[in-house]
Amino acid sequence: MNQLSKIAEYANPDVLVTTEWLKHNLDNVIVVESDEDILLYETGHIPGAVKLDWHTELNHPLRRDYLESEEFAKLMNLKGIGRHDTVVLYGDRSNWWATYAFWVFKLFGHENVLLLDGGRNKWIADGGVITKDKPATTSKDYPVVERHDSEIRAFRDEVLQHIGQPMVDVRSPEEYSGERLHMPDFPNEGATRGGHIPTAASIPWSKSIQEDETFRPLAELEKLYFEDTGYDRRSDFIAYCRIGERSSHSWFVLKYLLGVKNVRNYDGSWTEWGNLVGAPIATGSEPGLAA
Amino acid sequence: MTRAAEDIVADFQFLEGSDRLQLLLEFSEALPDLDERYGDHPELLERVEECQSPVFIAVDGTAAKIVLHFSAPRESPTTRGFASILFSALSSHSAEEILQLSDDFPTELGLDHIITPLRVRGMRGMFARIKRKTAELVAKDA
Repeated sequence: MNQLSKIAEYANPDVLVTTEWLKHNLDNVIVVESDEDILLYETGHIPGAVKLDWHTELNHPLRRDYLESEEFAKLMNLKGIGRHDTVVLYGDRSNWWATYAFWVFKLFGHENVLLLDGGRNKWIADGGVITKDKPATTSKDYPVVERHDSEIRAFRDEVLQHIGQPMVDVRSPEEYSGERLHMPDFPNEGATRGGHIPTAASIPWSKSIQEDETFRPLAELEKLYFEDTGYDRRSDFIAYCRIGERSSHSWFVLKYLLGVKNVRNYDGSWTEWGNLVGAPIATGSEPGLAA
Repeated sequence: MTRAAEDIVADFQFLEGSDRLQLLLEFSEALPDLDERYGDHPELLERVEECQSPVFIAVDGTAAKIVLHFSAPRESPTTRGFASILFSALSSHSAEEILQLSDDFPTELGLDHIITPLRVRGMRGMFARIKRKTAELVAKDA
């Protein structure tokens, strides 16, 4: 199946663009690169793309939280992004961090956000030009808008209430079972307990991705998320991982590609749950039972 | 601390935020190519599991002069930067000097706030493995 007909099948085909499309539309959009490796942009990027550093730019400087409204507006002004601009996100590792940025843009209700299917590697593989030139940016007076957490962000008490309903743990099988908390030479991976939230299904985020880093076709995603789990697509879903980054990727798949109406990302994820006093935990490869 | 390690810490500490990143990028570009002998025999290299990107190391030479080898992909500049810092700070030094350098060396570069803690842990993993392999080499020669 070619990429265009594959994209056309998704619930929201309009949020994904191909490298070919982007090559012809570079002048009409703001391209934003968001990578796991924060030096990658400096080694070369899509012409005109601005860099977004997820680690230093999207988080609240003090609390474990995201930017507040004023800071987000300031960040957009710094990047030269206007409220009505169409933003095209892309990044390394199959868009792992690009979808994280996508999710944060949606917390602030930025309407026109698109994702480059296949991300940075596909762009380069398709012969897309890269440059080290950084674009000059000018502020477009981004308005101070309220951050809306309730629709797409889940907090720990809501997760506790949600046990028994569709929930996806997108970490590796070893993290899910609880085997992997102690890595060689490192006594602690950031949580005091290993395992998963009881009843959560294990669907590692990377299963949604093909060899060339583009998303799998609809039928394969449906099998993975609905048939294999028995989950009903009309239910409310929650996705989580270690700090909420990999699960943004699965959040994107569930919401935009599979068309699940209510999907929330639990950004507290395992680094919160695995340290939370009294929180129920299941270990091993089975989802486990609700208490 | 080796003189080279001290200089590197001082250079990083002297700079602010984005300039520190620039310096790390320069290190990543300066990482020497992998010696042919290892290029032809990747099984002689050890994978650093703690790093998110595929990076491999080898330690050879003698107790008086240890030589370090690294292999890390070009598309992982941060990992290459860390490897290059360790190469500059440690390679061609004695086993004793390497083993004496504090495990906190990666933290002393002051990168925690601009690079994720997980990344800095990856560098600590690389360093811990270099130390272990250095100790093994010395034990074998003794």
